[in-house]
Amino acid sequence: MRHFVRRRTMLGVATLSVAALALAGCAAEEEAADVAADSDSDATSEVAAGCEAYADYLGNEGESVEIYTTIIEPESTLFQESFLEFEECTGITIEWNGDQAFEEQIAVRVAGGTAPDLAIFPQPGLLSSFAGDLVPASDALSASVDTNYTPDWKNYGTVDGTFYGAPLGANVKSFVWYSPKTFADNGWDIPTTWDELLTLSDEIAASDFAGNAWCAGIESGAATGWAATDWMEDLMLRFQDAATYDAWVDNSMPFNDPKVAEVIAEAGKILKNEDYMGNVSAIATTSFSEGGSGVVDGSCAMHRQASFLGGILVGDYGATVVSPEDTDVEGGISTFYFPGVSADSTPALGGGEFVGAFSDAPATQAVQLYLTSPEWNNAKAALGGWFSPNLGLDTANIADPVNAVAVEILQNATTFRFDASDLMPGEVGAGSFWTEMTAWIAEDKADQAVLDAIQATWPAS
Amino acid sequence: MRNTLWETIAPNLTLLVISLAAFAAVIYALFLIGSRASVRWQGWLRYGIFLGPAVLLLLVGLIYPALRTLWMSFMDKTSENFVGFDNYLWAFTIPEIQIVLRNTILWVIFVPLVSTAIGLAIAYMTDRMKRASVIKSLIFMPMAISFVGASVIWSFVYNFEPNENKPEIGLLNAIARGVGIEPVNFLLNAPWNTFFLIAVLIWIQTGFAMVILSAAMKNVPEEVVEAAMLDGASNWRRFIRVTLPMIRGTVVVVLTTITIATLKVFDIVRTMTGGNFQTNVIANEMYAQSFRQLNYGQGSTLAVILFIGVIPIIWYNVRQLRLERTER
Amino acid sequence: MSTLTPSATRRKKAKDIFSSPLASGAAVVIAILWTIPTFSLLVTSIRPETDINSSGWWTFFTNPNISFENYEKVLFVGTGVNPPMFQYFFNSLAVTIPSVIFPITLAVFAAYALAWFEFRGRDFIFFSIFALQVVPLQLTLVPLLQLFAKGLVIGDTTLIPALGITGTYIPIWIAHTIFGLPLAIFLLHNFLRQIPRELVEAARVDGANWFTMFTKIVLPLSIPAIASFLIFQFLWVWNDLLVGLTFGAGSKSVAPMTVRLAEMVGTRGSGWEVLTAGAFVSIVVPLIVFFALQRYFVRGLLAGSVKG
Repeated sequence: MRHFVRRRTMLGVATLSVAALALAGCAAEEEAADVAADSDSDATSEVAAGCEAYADYLGNEGESVEIYTTIIEPESTLFQESFLEFEECTGITIEWNGDQAFEEQIAVRVAGGTAPDLAIFPQPGLLSSFAGDLVPASDALSASVDTNYTPDWKNYGTVDGTFYGAPLGANVKSFVWYSPKTFADNGWDIPTTWDELLTLSDEIAASDFAGNAWCAGIESGAATGWAATDWMEDLMLRFQDAATYDAWVDNSMPFNDPKVAEVIAEAGKILKNEDYMGNVSAIATTSFSEGGSGVVDGSCAMHRQASFLGGILVGDYGATVVSPEDTDVEGGISTFYFPGVSADSTPALGGGEFVGAFSDAPATQAVQLYLTSPEWNNAKAALGGWFSPNLGLDTANIADPVNAVAVEILQNATTFRFDASDLMPGEVGAGSFWTEMTAWIAEDKADQAVLDAIQATWPAS
Repeated sequence: MRNTLWETIAPNLTLLVISLAAFAAVIYALFLIGSRASVRWQGWLRYGIFLGPAVLLLLVGLIYPALRTLWMSFMDKTSENFVGFDNYLWAFTIPEIQIVLRNTILWVIFVPLVSTAIGLAIAYMTDRMKRASVIKSLIFMPMAISFVGASVIWSFVYNFEPNENKPEIGLLNAIARGVGIEPVNFLLNAPWNTFFLIAVLIWIQTGFAMVILSAAMKNVPEEVVEAAMLDGASNWRRFIRVTLPMIRGTVVVVLTTITIATLKVFDIVRTMTGGNFQTNVIANEMYAQSFRQLNYGQGSTLAVILFIGVIPIIWYNVRQLRLERTER
Repeated sequence: MSTLTPSATRRKKAKDIFSSPLASGAAVVIAILWTIPTFSLLVTSIRPETDINSSGWWTFFTNPNISFENYEKVLFVGTGVNPPMFQYFFNSLAVTIPSVIFPITLAVFAAYALAWFEFRGRDFIFFSIFALQVVPLQLTLVPLLQLFAKGLVIGDTTLIPALGITGTYIPIWIAHTIFGLPLAIFLLHNFLRQIPRELVEAARVDGANWFTMFTKIVLPLSIPAIASFLIFQFLWVWNDLLVGLTFGAGSKSVAPMTVRLAEMVGTRGSGWEVLTAGAFVSIVVPLIVFFALQRYFVRGLLAGSVKG
C-alpha cells in the first residue's frame, strides 16, 4: 500500500521537477524583462494629443531601455527630467543607471554577457575599445547625426570607418571658476595671459586672503585622476602647437617626449605648488566636485574645471551661476577663460560624451535616435548646466551665462581640440594616464617617471 | 513608469523559489531512480549521483578555468596571439607592477605573523581566565564582518581632514590634533599606507588565530604541564618550552590558512584606496588589468603568479594530510 | 573533601600563577580596543547628519542626539540612480541561501562517496579536491565569466551552449557553489570517516542500498558537521564582494549589499551618514548569526584545523 502511494507521488514529483526546471529556465529569461507589455493598448497609429513630435519613436510601448553611464546626481536628475515627456508619449521606460566605476564595470558587463542597451562613453577612446561589441549606427541615426552635427563630432564616434556613437553633451574645459564678488572685494583683475595668472596667484598667496589661491580635487572613485589630465591637455594646447597635440594623441610623438615634459613642468607650477594649493597630496583624496566648492565658500580663489561644474556647484553646494559683472552676489560663481601664453592665442579644449548601443532592439534604437534630435537637446539645455554640439541647439535656450559663453567658445575658437585622454586608447586615457597623474600628485612622483610609465602602457599596434 | 521596489524584487523572488524547488525536486527524483534501479545499475548510478555533480562542477568550473587562465597568460591582451613569456617579463620588470608585487609580499609576511602572534598572546592570557568568553567573542567578532564593511569602519577611523578649520571626525587624527601632533593622511602616504591597510586585515584575522590556538592550547594534556611545573619552571618558560612545541602543528595551520586568505584579499585595497597611492596588491591589480586595461594576458599572468605563491602551501598541506592518514 | 589532595594543591597553585591580573587586564584592554572601531560605526549611524560632519563620534556621549533618519534614508529611499539598500539586502539573502544549500548538498554526497565507496583512484580524487581549496578565485575569474556568457566552444564543437543566465543570480550561485565545494568536501569527509565501519556492514547486511543508507544513516549523523559548515559558508557568501561584483556582471538588480557598499565608498554624495548606516545594515545579519551560533562556527573552523 505504501509502495503504491509512493510510486504515484513520485511520478507526480518527477513531472513537477521537469516542469520546475523548465519554469526556472523561463524565469531566468524573464528576469531581465520589462514591465509586462500592455496587451490591450490601442492601435499605435493613434498619436496622443501633444505627442506629435514623438511620432517617429512609437511602436515600442512597454519596452524598457537601460542607459549605463558615469553620470550620477545631481546631473542625472536633470537627464531623467528631460525624458519624462518622451516616456509618456512613447510608453518606453528609460532606466538611468549611473555608476562612477563605469569605465571598469563596462568591461565586466560586456565580458559577462550583461551589456547595457545604451552606454554613454565619456571617452571616444574607450568606445573604440568596444567596437567589436557595439551595434553600428542605423541609417536613421547616421542621417540624423549628419544633419545635426559637424563632421568632426561624427568622427569622434567613428571607429575604422564604421559609425557607432552619436554625440550627447559637450563641455568646454578651458575655464577657471571664481567668485566675482571675491575678486571685486579684493581688487583682483582677471588675468589674460599665463604669466599674469601666475602673478595673480603669487599676489593672492601673499595677501591676507583667508583661503588659498587655488584649490583642486582629482578623486573620483575608480576614475580618480581624470581632472589632472585636463590640466595637461589645456597646457599642451598653449605651450605647444596643435600639430604637436595631435601627435601626442595618436602617439606618433611618444608620451615621454621632452615637449610633454615641458608641459607637465608648467602644470606643476600651480598644481604642485604648496603656496597656492595648501596641502598638495590631499588633492588626490578630495573629490573633483568638492575641489570646486572652494570658490563658493571662499576657501580658495580659483579652480580650473570644465563648464559642467556649474551644474554640480548649484545642485550640491547652493551656488548661483552669474555673469562676471554680478560682483555683489554672495555665493555667485562665474568663469574666465583659462589664459594662453599670449592674449591673442585662445585655444579651446573640450570634451563630450557618445552614446553607443549594445542592443539592436527597436526601442533602444528609438532612444538613441531621440537623443540626437534638436527637440531633446533644446529641452535638456533649458534645464540648465548643460549644452551640446547639436547644431539645432538654440543658444537662447541655454539657461546659464557660463554655458552660453562655452557654446560661443566652442563655435569660435582659434584652435579647438577634443580632450586628449578621451581620445587615447582606453588603457591609457581611462587607465594609466589617470593613475599616473594621481601618483604624480599624491606621491610627488617625478615628472619623467610619470611620463615613462604612461608611455610603457601604450598598446602596441 | 519606473519599477517599484516590489516590481524589481518579484521576479528575483520567483527565481529564488523556483530554483530551490527545482533543485530539491531533481535530487529527490535522482534518489528515486537510484534506489529503484536494479543492483547492477546501482553500482554505476551511485557514482554518477553522489560523486558526479561535485566532480563535474569542479572540473568545469575550477580546473578548466584555471588551465585556461594559465594558457591566457601566454597570450596577448585579447587572447588571440601567442606571446610566450612576455607577460611574465612585464610583471617582473615594470616598476609599477614591481611595487604591486612588493606590497603583496609585505601583506603575506605581516598579516599571518602579526595576527598569529597577537592571537597566541591573547590565547595565552585568557587561557586560565574566568569568563574569558566575552573577551574572546569581541576579538573574534570582526571575522563576521565583511571586508568591505571593515574597510568602511577603518576608513572612518583613518579619516583625514586637510582643512585645519574644519572639525576632524576621524578618531586617530582627532587624537593627534588633541595631543598636538600633525594629523596624518593615513591612506595617502606611501609606503606607510600599506601598513595601515594591513592593520585592517590583522584586526580581522587575529580573532581566527586566537580561537584556533586557544582550542589547541586547551588540548594540551594537563599532566604534561604539571610535570614541567614540578621542575619549578616559570609560567613563561613553561609556555615556551612545553605548550608551544605541542601546538606547533596548529600554529603552522593557522599561519598557512591566514596566508592563503591574505593573498586572495581584494576588497580592502579596492575599497579604501582603489589601488592608488602605491598600495595595490596582486589580487586587485589582476582585476584592473583585466577590466580597466582590457588586457587579459597580463591579468591572467598576475593570477598565475598569485597561484604560484600559494603552491608551496598546497604541497605542504597535501603532504601533511598523507602523513596523518598513514598514522591512523 | 575538606583537605585537598596533593595533586589538587598543585593544580590550585597552577591556577593562581596563571591567572595573573596583569594578563587578564591586558586581555580586557585589547578586547576593548578591538571593539572600538565597530562601535564607532554604530554610534555614528544613529547620529543626525549635521552632527556627524561637525563633531567626532565620541562627543555623542556628552551630547546624545539619536536619530534614525540615516537608516531610513539608506534603507528605503534610494538616490536618483540607485535603488534603496533594502533591495540589496534582499539580494544578499537571495544570493546567500542557495549558495549555502547547493554546495553543502553536493559536498555531503561527494564526501559520502569518497568515505564509503571503495574504488581505484579514490585517494587521488580526494587529495586533488583537497588541494583545490587553495586555488584563488582570481585564477578562474575571467574564464568562468566567459563560460557563463558564451558557453564553452572548442574548435567547432559546442560543449556547453550559452545558457542565457547572465544578469540573474544563477551564475553567482554556481560560482559560490564551485568555490565552496573543496573545503566542504574535505570537512565532511573527515567527519564521515569517523563513523564506524560496523554500522555500514550491518546496514548492507540488512539489505539497504547505497541510497537508503545515505538517507537513513549518514545524513542524520552528519547534521552537526553540516550545521557547522553551513554557518561558515553563510558568512563567507554574505560577506563576499568579488563574486557578486564580477558574476553579477554589474547588474544592479542582483547585486548584493557588499557590492553596493563598495560603490558607496568614494562616491561623491555618499556622506558618512549613509555609509555608516549602510555598512551596519550589511553587517547586522552576520553579526547576529555569529553571536547566536558562535559555538557551531568555531567547531566548523576547528574541524580540520587543530592538530595534536
